[in-house]
Parts: sequence; structure tokens; C-alpha cells
Amino acid sequence: MSAAKGRPAKAAGKRLNIGAVRSSFAPWNDPAAVPLVRFEGVSKRFGDHTAVNDVSLDIYPGEFFALLGPSGCGKTTLMRMLAGFETPDAGRITLGGEDLAGIPPHRRPVNMMFQSYALFPHLSVEQNVAFGLKQEGMPKAEIAARVVEMLDLVKLKPFARRKPDQLSGGQKQRVALARAIARKPKMLLLDEPLGALDKKLREETQFELMDLQVELGMTFLIVTHDQEEAMVMADRIALMREGEIAQIGRPEEVYETPANRYVAEFLGDVNLFEAKVSAIEHPMARLAAAEATDGFYVLDDDCPPAGSAVSLAVRPEKMRISLDPPPAGTHNVLTGEIWDIGYTGDWTNYIVELPGERLIRVARANASRFVDRPIGWDDKVWVTFDADAGVVLEQ
Amino acid sequence: MKRTLPRLSALIPYAWLLVFFALPFLLVLRLSLSDSALAIPPYTPRIDWGGGIDGVRAFIDALDFDTYKALVGDSLYFNAYISSLRFALEGTVLALLVGYPMAYGMARCKPGTRSLLLMAVILPFWTSFLIRVYAWVGILKPQGLLNAGLGLLGLPDADLLYTPAAVQIGLVYSYLPFMVLPLYAALEKQDHTLLEAAADLGSPPWKSFWQVTFPLSIPGVIAGCLLCFIPMVGEFVIPDLLGGPGSLMIGRSIWMEFFANRDWPFASAVAIVLLITLVVPIVLYQRQQVKALEAGR
Repeated sequence: MSAAKGRPAKAAGKRLNIGAVRSSFAPWNDPAAVPLVRFEGVSKRFGDHTAVNDVSLDIYPGEFFALLGPSGCGKTTLMRMLAGFETPDAGRITLGGEDLAGIPPHRRPVNMMFQSYALFPHLSVEQNVAFGLKQEGMPKAEIAARVVEMLDLVKLKPFARRKPDQLSGGQKQRVALARAIARKPKMLLLDEPLGALDKKLREETQFELMDLQVELGMTFLIVTHDQEEAMVMADRIALMREGEIAQIGRPEEVYETPANRYVAEFLGDVNLFEAKVSAIEHPMARLAAAEATDGFYVLDDDCPPAGSAVSLAVRPEKMRISLDPPPAGTHNVLTGEIWDIGYTGDWTNYIVELPGERLIRVARANASRFVDRPIGWDDKVWVTFDADAGVVLEQ
Repeated sequence: MKRTLPRLSALIPYAWLLVFFALPFLLVLRLSLSDSALAIPPYTPRIDWGGGIDGVRAFIDALDFDTYKALVGDSLYFNAYISSLRFALEGTVLALLVGYPMAYGMARCKPGTRSLLLMAVILPFWTSFLIRVYAWVGILKPQGLLNAGLGLLGLPDADLLYTPAAVQIGLVYSYLPFMVLPLYAALEKQDHTLLEAAADLGSPPWKSFWQVTFPLSIPGVIAGCLLCFIPMVGEFVIPDLLGGPGSLMIGRSIWMEFFANRDWPFASAVAIVLLITLVVPIVLYQRQQVKALEAGR
């Protein structure tokens, strides 16, 4: 997934190496960096439902930040408070150091791309894009030039005179994008921007948005329930749960070192083993679990002291599956029978039944086209994983 | 058999139009081409069915445009048409000015309150139109409710009954629901997100109204205006009950010609000219409807 970040941008003649730009981009680790947006202890209630509960969050200039979570987790409310459509019940939101409280949406230097696109049906594509510029009282000639520039950017010039009704879903999405960035806002808010597109178009648009963000040097805040979308595009992800932030981090951080079971289970697939720390032998730890007769042998990073109840989280793609037993002395060995096989082309997912009717999932990349001894239903298999493959989570 | 039934049902609207519009129209048209006579019924010629083809031919020969010539020659009727159109135009504009804020307010209410308010708009239809207009006599007459209210506030009396202003009040009051309902329908279905988008793009609320809400409600404005304007032009009861001699309206002229003068052919000619005057806005309305339908696709 991180390979996508290395893709060079093909923007109007110049080639930007996003990878080079990105690998050194980490203002959140720099104590001197000044965030563009700060949420400080922000809460919002609707009736007796708490939509956002005491959220604090910094977003830095030039960052592509994603708010990720299931529907109803408060991510959209958080974004709408920044745009000014909702007022926080408690806490403070600042933009460029300025407190946004009391500033109505039409005076905030942020623009939003709406989930439904919210294009004005009575205006043509160019009039839609010009709408925000007209409000600023920009001279007509300048507006016309900016509209052409924006339509060029989203490759919609031939459609300038069409009404939104006469556009496809993907074209509408581009108009909404062009309209939102036409005013060159300090920050672009994207509410589920790709939700209405089909899969192929969604993937293409993800990369286009990333290129655009680097090219414009704009700060993007995206709200999405689609983890892949967030992982591919964002510099950092805030994973939300019931109005609170479960974890903030780079995509690989939240995926590989989830802070808790919720994060581990929300992002991708995971096998969780309930275990008890039996011994710490730095840098390793031994865990006792029902599934493994010899116990698990893992790195002791963040491992609580011996005797603690923990969960060991191991992602399916970090496990190996084989029809032959591993050499003697191998740690972390599980044996079971194939219970189900899901073939997706690039990957095959094996559901393995361990003794005691416990099911785990193992994924294997289909690296070769033909396999000598394919694994079939009801085969007896050995599943192994490395000591550093799992994450020990406190319960 | 199964397929003939839907086909027959498609004929029902045509049959309806034929029986209740085309036939009466032809009867009135035929009357307007006849001459007045002291007889029962009070016009000639009549078709001599016994005379066969010759009888019908003699009947057609006897039809003429005398009534229309008289109509054009008499400035009274021309003035009545102009006055009716003016009353209707002013009434429509006033109804729009009163009805738009009402419809806008209703559309922005919570769904529960909305249906209650909608009910309130429709409620007057439960009483007879005639009684409701009569009620205005009670309000507007010199010792009526209006002057009682003005007196309580220490204001001078307003003598409105039997003036053009009373007719205007009656017209706006009576036709307001026909303005409010299409406006409400147009405003209620508007996507609230569009206003958020306008605000997000830097438009303050009052500007968003003129840039987004109003342009999108234009089909409703047109429908409401035509639904008010067309019947207002031909209105008879309101000018008759609330208007004085100064409130000349064509509906009243037709009534007088029919029932006071018993000049059926002349009254029919007046009616036909009125109909033609109104066909223009009706055609415009239909064209707009077709356009709206196509845009909705």
C-alpha cells in the first residue's frame, strides 16, 4: 500500500516525486511545527447522543489527513464543526491560530466537497465553479481565467456549459472538486468524496487526489468509512470510535501496531488469540494460549508483565500455511484442517479450523500461476508465524 | 380483452374533455355567432332538423360576427377586459408576495408542523367559497371588524367595502392557497445541502436565497402565478360582492349580459374573447410544464 505513495505525479508538464516529498514529511514529530488546525477537547451532543466526545487533534499544513471510522462514529460531525455547520458544545477549534467560534460558514477559509456533491442544478458547470469566486467579488476576467484553470485541472473543459444533470457520476465528482478548490482555501474538506464512484474509478481518483494535493500544496481533510481509501491517500489516519479517537498515526502504524483490539479488528483482518503472559525473556515473551500447545513466542515490545491477560493479534497475511510440518524447534505452530477456501485471484484466504472448533484466517499471495500441491478442503495443515508477526495487546 | 381495458381507460380524459370542455365551448361559440331574439331560447337561428341538409345550410348562412363587431365597437367591454387583467395581475403579484414567505416558512418547518400548516392552508376549502367572500363583507363594512380593530388602536376608519381595494383583498385571500401549494411543493423538495454548499462557498444566507433557493423555486412560482391569474381574470363573485361600480370586471359583464340583458349571443362573444385572452397564459404554462418534465428526466 505504501508503494502508492512513491508514484510520481504527472502534473501539467512537471513530475513531482511524491515519494521523496513524503518520506521526510512528518511535522507531527517536530515539536516546533505549528499545526494548521487544532481541535482542543471538542465535544458535540445531539439530544442525549454524544456524537463527538472530547476530541483533541492537530492537523499540519500540507498534510493529507483522514478521519476513518464506521458510520455514526462522529467523523462527519467533527468535519462539519470545522466547516461551521455544527457548533461544538465544548472545546475549541482553531485554524491558523484563530478561534473559529462564532465565525459563520461563509466566512471560514475552508471549502468542502460534499458527499452528495451538492452541485447547483440550475447552474452550468462553469457557473458552479465560479460560484465561490463571485462571492468574493473577484473581477469577471479573473473569475473566467480561474474557472478555465480549474476545469483544465479536472479535465472537464469540454463540459463547461453542461448542467449537472447532463454529467456522469465521475464528472459530477470532478465539478464538485473544482468548485471546492477554486477559492484556493487553506484547507479542503472531503466528505466521503469517492463513495458514489465504482471501484475502478475510485482507485484512479484516489491517485489523482493525492497528486492534486501535492501539486496545490493544500491541506486535505478527508472523512471516509473505507479503510483502503484512507490507507492509500492519507499521511495520517485518525481512527474513530463512538465519538472518540481510537488511534492516530501513519497508515502503516495503525495497521501494523494497532493500539487496541478495536483498531486491530477495524483495519483489515486479524486473528486474535486470548493469552496470558507466562514469562518475559527480554527481548522475547512467552504467552500461554488455548490454541497453541507450546504457547506463543513473540517480541516483548509493549508487553505487560508476566501473569497479565493479553490478546495476541496476528494478521492473516503474516502467517504461513503448509501441508508439511515445520522443522522441529519452530515456534508459533498451529495445526488444523482447512475449513473453507476463498480465492480472490491475487490472494487466497484459507479458513483453518484449529482443535476446539476455533477458526483462524490465513492469507497467501498467489505468487505462482500453478501450484504442484494445491491445498484443498479438509486437508491437514500447519500454520506458522514469526516472532515479530504478532502484536501483543493489553486487555 | 386484457389489453383493451387499459386502452379504454386512456380514453377517459379525452371523453371528459370532450363532454365538459369541447362541447360546451362549441355551444358557446355557436351562441356567440347567433343573433339575439325575443324568444325562448332568446336567440336565432335554430337548426331546422326537418329541413335536412338545406336546413343546416340555412342555419350556417344565418350565423354572423355581429356580436363581435358590437363588442369591438363598445369601449365598455374593452375597459372591462383591461381592468380584469389589471386586477388579476396585481392580485397575482400580491398573492406571490404574501404566499412566498408562507410557503418558505412551511417548507423549513419540521415535518410534523409542516403537515399541520399544510392542513391549515387547505382548511378554508371546507367552507363554501361564497360564504368566505361574504365574511369579508362583515370585516370590511363601515361598522365591521376591521374598523372596530382600527378604532381600538386609535386609528381612523378605513372605508374599504365596495372599492377596488376590497376586490383586491378578496382576490388575494381567495386564491392564496393556489399560490402557496405549488410554491410549497417546489421549496419543500429542495436539497438543504445546496444551501450549505452556498454558505461554504462564501455566500451569506440572504444571498443564498437569491442565488439558490429562489431560482430553483421558479417552476413553482410560474405554476402558482398561472393558477391564480387565470381564474382571477374571469372572477365574478368577488367583484360582485365586494366591489363597487368602480370595480369593473369581465366576469360580471358576462353575468349581466346573460341574466340582466338576456343577450345570450353577446354574453357568449364576451366569454369567447375572454377565453382567447387566457389561452395565451395557459399555453405558456403547459410549455413550462413540459420543460420541467424534461428537465426532471
